[in-house]
Amino acid sequence: MLRRSLLAAGAAFLSAPALPRLTLAAAEPASFDRYILHVLDRLAFGASTADATLVKEIGVERYIAEQLNPEALGEPPALTQNLAELATQKLDPVQLWREYGPPRLFQAQPAAATPEEEAAWRQRARIIQDEASAARVWRALYSPRQLQEVMVDFWFNHFNVYANKGLDHLWLGAYENEAIRPHALGRFRDLLGATAHHPAMLFYLDNFQNSAPGTRGPGGRELGINENYARELMELHTLGVDGGYIQADVVALAHILTGWSMVRPRFLPPSGNGFAFYPERHDKGAKTFLGRNIPVGGEEEGETALDMLSKSPATAMHVASKLVQYFVADTPPPALVERVAARFRETDGDIRAVLTALFASAEFRDSAGRKFKSPYRYVLSAVRAAGVPVNNVQPLLNQMAREGQPLYGCATPDGWKDTKDAWLSPDATTLRVSFAAALSAGQLPLRDAPPDPDKPVIEASAPAPEPVDAGALEKLLQPILTERTRSAVAEASAGLRAGLILGGPDFMWR
Amino acid sequence: MQRRDFLRLSSSAALLPLGRGAWAATASGGPPSGPQRLIVVMLRGAVDGLNVVVPYGDGAYYSARPTIAVTKPGSRSDAVALDGYFALHPALGSLKPLWEAKQLAFVHAAGSPDPTRSHFDAQLFIENGTPGRRVSADGWMNRLLAAMPGVAMPGGAPNLTAALAIGPTLPQILKGKLPVANLPMGPNATNPMPIDKPEVAAAFDRVYGDDEIGRAYRQGRAERTELIANMTGAEMDPTASAGAPLPNALPAQATRLSGLLVRDRNIRLAFIALGGWDTHVRQGGDKGQLADRLRPLGDGLAALAKGLGPDWSDTVVVVVSEFGRTVHENGNGGTDHGHGNIMWVLGGGVRGGKVYGDWPGLAQTALYEGRDLAITTDYRTVFAAVAARHLRLPDKALAQIFPDFAPVHTGVDQLVA
Repeated sequence: MLRRSLLAAGAAFLSAPALPRLTLAAAEPASFDRYILHVLDRLAFGASTADATLVKEIGVERYIAEQLNPEALGEPPALTQNLAELATQKLDPVQLWREYGPPRLFQAQPAAATPEEEAAWRQRARIIQDEASAARVWRALYSPRQLQEVMVDFWFNHFNVYANKGLDHLWLGAYENEAIRPHALGRFRDLLGATAHHPAMLFYLDNFQNSAPGTRGPGGRELGINENYARELMELHTLGVDGGYIQADVVALAHILTGWSMVRPRFLPPSGNGFAFYPERHDKGAKTFLGRNIPVGGEEEGETALDMLSKSPATAMHVASKLVQYFVADTPPPALVERVAARFRETDGDIRAVLTALFASAEFRDSAGRKFKSPYRYVLSAVRAAGVPVNNVQPLLNQMAREGQPLYGCATPDGWKDTKDAWLSPDATTLRVSFAAALSAGQLPLRDAPPDPDKPVIEASAPAPEPVDAGALEKLLQPILTERTRSAVAEASAGLRAGLILGGPDFMWR
Repeated sequence: MQRRDFLRLSSSAALLPLGRGAWAATASGGPPSGPQRLIVVMLRGAVDGLNVVVPYGDGAYYSARPTIAVTKPGSRSDAVALDGYFALHPALGSLKPLWEAKQLAFVHAAGSPDPTRSHFDAQLFIENGTPGRRVSADGWMNRLLAAMPGVAMPGGAPNLTAALAIGPTLPQILKGKLPVANLPMGPNATNPMPIDKPEVAAAFDRVYGDDEIGRAYRQGRAERTELIANMTGAEMDPTASAGAPLPNALPAQATRLSGLLVRDRNIRLAFIALGGWDTHVRQGGDKGQLADRLRPLGDGLAALAKGLGPDWSDTVVVVVSEFGRTVHENGNGGTDHGHGNIMWVLGGGVRGGKVYGDWPGLAQTALYEGRDLAITTDYRTVFAAVAARHLRLPDKALAQIFPDFAPVHTGVDQLVA
């Protein structure tokens, strides 16, 4: 499995060496305030020398203001060019379906695929996830719009979909690019609406099948009510499990959302988002949802429900609590949650305004170094601090997966937890130590595509290991290094010093 | 200087020989009768227990499930008849020998009394052992570990591998005061890593202190050393000797786990979680999605029993899921979140060959909230019985493991000898 995905990744990056190398511009090592590192640990995926130098130059206030307005920040040409090479990233859900969907779906009388056909199709479609992963990791490492990418991580996780559920591997990149990233700092209602209409979510939580009892779907198959999305929409996406709804509301919301589905594979338009509402599958009965009568209608019933959910004070509290946990502390300070939730209510879920209030709080300012890094954060922050160029993201994905957080690989709709308790484990520490040692010694094949087994190995083409500069690293991270780490580093052999910093206890926190 | 010496000492103390060598070092006489063990398998996502142990004798079963019911045992079905009323899903045929040997029992209509149909809350409640109370910092298996006699190593040093979670992260059920090991058990688990090099390990031993993260580090080192010692070597590669590729990771993992348990007698508790049971759509009947998940689970449990050999008589395995699924199939050939469910109990000392518990029936009036199998056995009854009778814990300890729970003696508590 691992081997296969490596090979697929290899195919995806055959052209990589011709592209500009992705790297963070080197800067003169300087000394930085603890607060600069703190802000980069929370609003960005950790400090790079280039970004720390920038913050030192323009000041923390202006850096935060810029991050909250990512549209004004340009993308480095090397990143733009590398992203432009990822062909499947430019396709919309319907195009992806047409190009990479399972052939049987398009046949008039679908025959069951043999295991070989199924495997061949999956193998061919694998490039979509490989390219989505490369785009995600490259942006997280190199985009100046760091906060936007941090919020992509947050919202994707909040509205999680899972690559290995059925057809979702076709759409996870499109989902991120269409439903999540454009709204990452926008309005909550827009995010909610975009996820509710996206095939990735409609498929993941089964709502594409949710139909009024007795109605028929494609092929004349009788469908019926499916509660799955309705329940998670309230429990996870909006109100929270204590948000005051009951089982009858779950059932009512499922009825409201009947007919929200996807275009039929045999009648696909040339392109599009892939959403379709089927009036004939919509339940025409009266519905009482959260104590309110919903006027009988069609698709607009669902929009009314989404409006109600996004305006509920319970949603403001639920989202505020998750944001504060993500940006401040595993146990969110109640007073801060209340203030952030108030901002959410006052601004009708304007995420930019909500984050502005959060970043201005004393609780945020005083919480440096108290969050344990998730595997995703740990891997990205190590690469950014080390300043290592990465064209091949596969070794980074492997490390995240080994630590239990495969990218696009959270099976359950609650997403990954972002707490120390979720991630600090004995096995995780040995894995991080080993990763840091290999990264620092230049032993991870991050530069180029993984070797193609069908091509003869040319010894001379293997780049010599390029060890990470321990001196520059120590300078960058100096404010977070304890006396204990510094003396251990000083005593270690030169080849182990950078690894000790990145694999040591001080760097596990943000 | 003094400080550094202390640290070196404490980190090497954590690297006491464990595994095979440890036994020789700690036992004065020959190997004693094996330590009593508990292995918990959690099926995350709510397995459809009505299609695992099928109440084919209940007429309402077939009318509630027109397209996904399991065929009655008989000439047209491979379902395993259990007792004239219940049958085991045909994909679980590899468990038939254990049933016939009376080493496999089921408890039907079991579960957590909390009414939640949220996967995440329900799993948390099962793992905390305090249904309805979300603010419990530790898991009940960690509290169990603390109460088990003979867990501390001679001299009082903590036994770092007395409890083992299979997987890359620590599950809630094992979190708590006592150290717990976690091990990935995939096929690449023993591939060399930089930390295996003595000079790398020595440098990191100095950088990690004695705080929470430092303790995790040292424990990770100890586990890794033990894993390498116990799981390398030609005789320890069951996947190679089995010849055929296995349908899923569990049977191979179970064989590895049993090998580790046989070699390392310090391990008393183990936990493994398996996903993929949330069958809202097209779950299938005799065949299909659920059948394809059950088959490797059954094969894995059978492989575990086989791999443990004589130690099987000292082992109890309990399979549990957060709640059951709706009695009626939904509109998509699947089932939605329900309430009561099946628990599986296996082991050499289990009084098996029996489906325990009061069967509330599937008649409409008997259903919980008019839609789900009711619960007649609190899941804690089963674990409390295993703790008391198999692990020999006193009642006082049970009250710490499951606070607010009064054991009831309904016959279910007799399922372990």
